[in-house]
Amino acid sequence: MKRLFPVLLILCIGLFAYAPFLIVAAPYESTMGLVQKIFYFHVPTAIAMFTAAFTCGIASAIFLFARRPGADRVGLAAAELAVLFGLIVLISGPLWARKAWGVWWQWDARLTSTLVMWLVFQAYLLLRRFGGPGSEKLSAAVAIFGAALVPFVYWSVNMWRTVHPTTNVLPTLDASMRGPFLWCTAAFLGLFVLLLTARVELESRRARLDELYLALED
Amino acid sequence: MTFLSAAMLVARKDLVIETRSREVIYTSLLFALSCMLVFAFGLVKDGRVIADAAGAILWITIAFSGTLALGRVFDRERQNETLRALLLAPVSRAAVYVGKFAGVLVLLLLVEAIVVPLVVLMFDAPLFRHPGLMLALMAAGSTGYAAVGTLFAAMLARTRGRGALLPVLLYPITVQVIIGGVRGTAALLAPDADLAIARAWLMMLVCFDAVFITLSLWTFEPAMTE
Repeated sequence: MKRLFPVLLILCIGLFAYAPFLIVAAPYESTMGLVQKIFYFHVPTAIAMFTAAFTCGIASAIFLFARRPGADRVGLAAAELAVLFGLIVLISGPLWARKAWGVWWQWDARLTSTLVMWLVFQAYLLLRRFGGPGSEKLSAAVAIFGAALVPFVYWSVNMWRTVHPTTNVLPTLDASMRGPFLWCTAAFLGLFVLLLTARVELESRRARLDELYLALED
Repeated sequence: MTFLSAAMLVARKDLVIETRSREVIYTSLLFALSCMLVFAFGLVKDGRVIADAAGAILWITIAFSGTLALGRVFDRERQNETLRALLLAPVSRAAVYVGKFAGVLVLLLLVEAIVVPLVVLMFDAPLFRHPGLMLALMAAGSTGYAAVGTLFAAMLARTRGRGALLPVLLYPITVQVIIGGVRGTAALLAPDADLAIARAWLMMLVCFDAVFITLSLWTFEPAMTE
């Protein structure tokens, strides 16, 4: 992990440094024009958020059922990242919506469900912070429930009439737009892995420090 | 002792305590009434409830008073130091969960048995126009809410600040129940009721129940182990 970190860091810096040039070079969308370019950051962060949410759910399940303390650290790091990327999604979305729909927020299924997911992982962090001893198991259960909620939320998208562009936009994307989009997705997923490894490493050291303190007291 | 008889015993214990004190049922009912009073000022215009609001009033009232009941049911166990005894009992943890869940569900259904007619009377909502579907929606919604609520209330029973944390944890996850319940009820309450839509939401609620009861049964054991 330690040797992987600098490689990832350089890769991420490179990806993010070149992304603006690609986005500028991409053609304008015919009806929305300039505002559509927010899509290159909005959708990749949404993908990163859902990746983080699922990572947290799976790590929490491993922690709860196999009792691996390492999995708990991954879960905590992923939950924090889900909240962070979720915040970017929830800020960049309304900026686009104001131009495209004329309102900042629409209570449509996909927006609502993203907000629900974000709240679940906020609750996870709140519980860890204020729940006192033993709260890591409880928050693990919250994360499993949060991850299980996603398919329901996706079903609601189809059930409820929705104004949000659906996922079948991506396969039909023009090649000149797909390149920058995939580039940005790679950048954000790289950033996710980078921050995850850094956070897990920090948490492992903290656990090691706690062990040393306990050993000293004995 | 078999799984079912252990679960029955736990549920019966809770209901016996409740019939003797009637604390949860009285406080939840009064709280439900106060909720409806608050909604009456926000959602009634020119003497009539605004369109689609009756379903929302019903489900939000149930969710709020359900939180109150859930908190109280587990506070009682903690106050009497019986939670540890319950967990030490030589039966499977899942049976304890099922018993608690059944007790909470019965309480919730009792509250609903009074709240639903009150919504019909006070907000002039024709909830009984399709009684079968309406009852199914109520049963499926309450089951999902009680399943998730029992698990979280049980887990939080031993943590600090549980009073504030329970709603924060419970509402984002049970919002799917509220969506299904409110949309399904709204479809039934519409001037020409859309039964297909109501059935689709009912199906969603049943799937939600199946997934979340299974998950609760899995997680209760490891999450309650110290």
